[in-house]
Amino acid sequence: MNVALVKNDSGPAASSVFAAAQGRLPGTGKVADIRREAFAAFERTGLPHRRIEEWKYTDLRALVREVLPLAGAPDAAALARARSAIASVAIEGAAKLVLVDGVVAAELSDLAALPSGVTVRTLRAVLEEQGNEARGDLLLTKASDPMLSLNAALATDGVVVTVADGTQLSSPVQLIHVATAGKAARYSRSHLRVGHGARATLVETSIAAEGATAYQANDAAVISVGDEAQLSHIRLMRDAAEAVNVSSELFTVGARSKLSLFNMTSGGAVSRLQAFFTLAGEASELIVNGVNLLRDKQHGDMTLVVDHAVPGCTSRENFRAVLDDRAHSVFQGRIIVRQDAQQTDGKMMTRALLLSDEAEADSKPELEIFADDVSCGHGATAGALDDSLLFYLRARGLPEKQAQALLIQAFVGEAIEAIEDDGLRERVIAAAEHWLESRA
Amino acid sequence: MALLEIKNLQVRVEEREILHGLTLTIDEGKVHAIMGPNGSGKSTLSHVIAGKPGYEVTGGEILFKGEDLLAMEPDERAAKGVFLAFQYPVEIPGVATMTFLRTALNAQRKARGEEEYSTPDFLKKVREISKQLNIPGDMLKRGVNVGFSGGEKKRNEVLQMALFQPSLCILDEMDSGLDIDALRIAADGVNALRSPERSMIVITHYQRLLNYIVPDVVHVMSKGRVVKSGGKELALELEASGYAQFEDAA
Ligand SMILES: Nc1ncnc2c1ncn2[C@@H]1O[C@H](COP(=O)(O)OP(=O)(O)O)[C@@H](O)[C@H]1O
Ligand SMILES: [Mg+2]
Repeated sequence: MNVALVKNDSGPAASSVFAAAQGRLPGTGKVADIRREAFAAFERTGLPHRRIEEWKYTDLRALVREVLPLAGAPDAAALARARSAIASVAIEGAAKLVLVDGVVAAELSDLAALPSGVTVRTLRAVLEEQGNEARGDLLLTKASDPMLSLNAALATDGVVVTVADGTQLSSPVQLIHVATAGKAARYSRSHLRVGHGARATLVETSIAAEGATAYQANDAAVISVGDEAQLSHIRLMRDAAEAVNVSSELFTVGARSKLSLFNMTSGGAVSRLQAFFTLAGEASELIVNGVNLLRDKQHGDMTLVVDHAVPGCTSRENFRAVLDDRAHSVFQGRIIVRQDAQQTDGKMMTRALLLSDEAEADSKPELEIFADDVSCGHGATAGALDDSLLFYLRARGLPEKQAQALLIQAFVGEAIEAIEDDGLRERVIAAAEHWLESRA
Repeated sequence: MALLEIKNLQVRVEEREILHGLTLTIDEGKVHAIMGPNGSGKSTLSHVIAGKPGYEVTGGEILFKGEDLLAMEPDERAAKGVFLAFQYPVEIPGVATMTFLRTALNAQRKARGEEEYSTPDFLKKVREISKQLNIPGDMLKRGVNVGFSGGEKKRNEVLQMALFQPSLCILDEMDSGLDIDALRIAADGVNALRSPERSMIVITHYQRLLNYIVPDVVHVMSKGRVVKSGGKELALELEASGYAQFEDAA
């Protein structure tokens, strides 16, 4: 489409936000140029809206309306509130990388559990490094998307983590985003490189400290998984009820590797995870599982683009949405199989459980196949809980809510069971149970 | 003493009356058989007693231990001791049989104001019962009824009966889809549960089942009513003469 013709409501406000943020954005010279170009790219569309195909079901212009000013750097009081919020999600024995309102909080982070093969720097430090010619690359990506451009323009900080070749992490690394702001926005960008033959588990969480309300979060992660490496990436999104969270993740996977991504979103008024995967090495396996647990007028979107660039890779996408009240869930899954990518095996399945007549589920699977020897497919279902199963459980003594809860747990269990680590899987099951118990 | 009293029950499904003033009394500690041709309303009656949604009771009443059963939710009825063994037990993928059994048992106990079972006590009890019923341990780890054979599903119903210790068991066509060996195992399980504290309603349209579970009383149902009641010899009479004689009486 000709984006130049699109009326841009968010133009003036957004440009003043960008201008006002200048003093807070690390990096000069080439980095600053990249930010300016990225912002110009964002401005060509403004907040994405339904006439942009990829954002058809998640019209941010209607749902969000404006780009909020950048959140201030967290002060001591904000850090104290963040500290108490973290306590509820901290995993014992895990290294913790904590970002508060988009800024790395060293005093809340804990790197003690990291072995010597792991290095952690802040994005801010790297971007400010004089004489580092490659530093601007941290803000560039292959994928182009207005919210990703806005992230490049405004990213204040992030973590840059490298797991050296052959390093095996025995406990997970936690990346915890904490919001403390009211009506303000955060932009973070993090990088993770998992080296050849390395193994790691990254647990990413987004939470709100007390007092954080209608904030906007725009976090990006650029992740590369080397040859013969394994990464399990688990995301638990529990933003404040009025918050907006748009997360972008970009993955490149090497040969004979395994990447598994699990995302569960239960918070936020409006949320989207857009994940772009490039399977760049042969014989690798990608497993993506997603769960949306939404109620009231929550809007949750999971958008996946899987690019099979080489032969012999497997991808599985499996999405479950549980929707109550007037909640709206979106699943978009695109599988691209390049001409060379023979023997690709790519499948996706999305299922929505509608607990209310007013809930809505949209799904848009797309297969773009340019190779001839492939096995690809997709399926989608949407429906209510099965009455005959409910009656069976009730006839055995389970009150209505408990019977529903058991069936809902079984439904989301089909995605959660993909988490291999027992402790983390139990943690996610507990989080889902917590959501079910809070159903009125 | 009467455990269950059904008086002049009228039930509609989708605007059509299925039970036309059914009256039936089930005595404490007795096994009652209900026989009748297909479509006479036997399953409808069992569903209404258990509280399945979709049935409109337009007249009559059901008293269970003197209380108004129709005013109770299905789970309240279960906690008070009503148990329906389903003709076609449903499969519930993703809910492990053990989890289901423990959740159900504890929900019933909680509703009665009793202490919940501890895990070791519960496991011990389930193991004991499943051994008697020849139910292998790995079956209990699977999803409820998922991949079970017809016989295994029925044995799972009997296992629940033994675990929950209801005061009224309703067995709807327990023999359907079972070969003789499977039927014998299930019937032995049921017979082991006969007691002065427990009544049973055995629903069947074949006399065969009643060779294995011998009733104290036999009722004949036709066209939505109980048209005749008698001793166990009534079942044999029906076997010889068929249901045709009652079609007119109804
Ligand atoms: N859900 C239903 N909707 C419409 N008609 C039904 C329904 N369930 C039962 N019926 C009708 O009610 C009558 C009695 O059925 P049922 O109780 O299943 O009899 P039985 O168990 O004695 O074979 C039948 O005519 C059947 O078609
Ligand atoms: Mg029947």
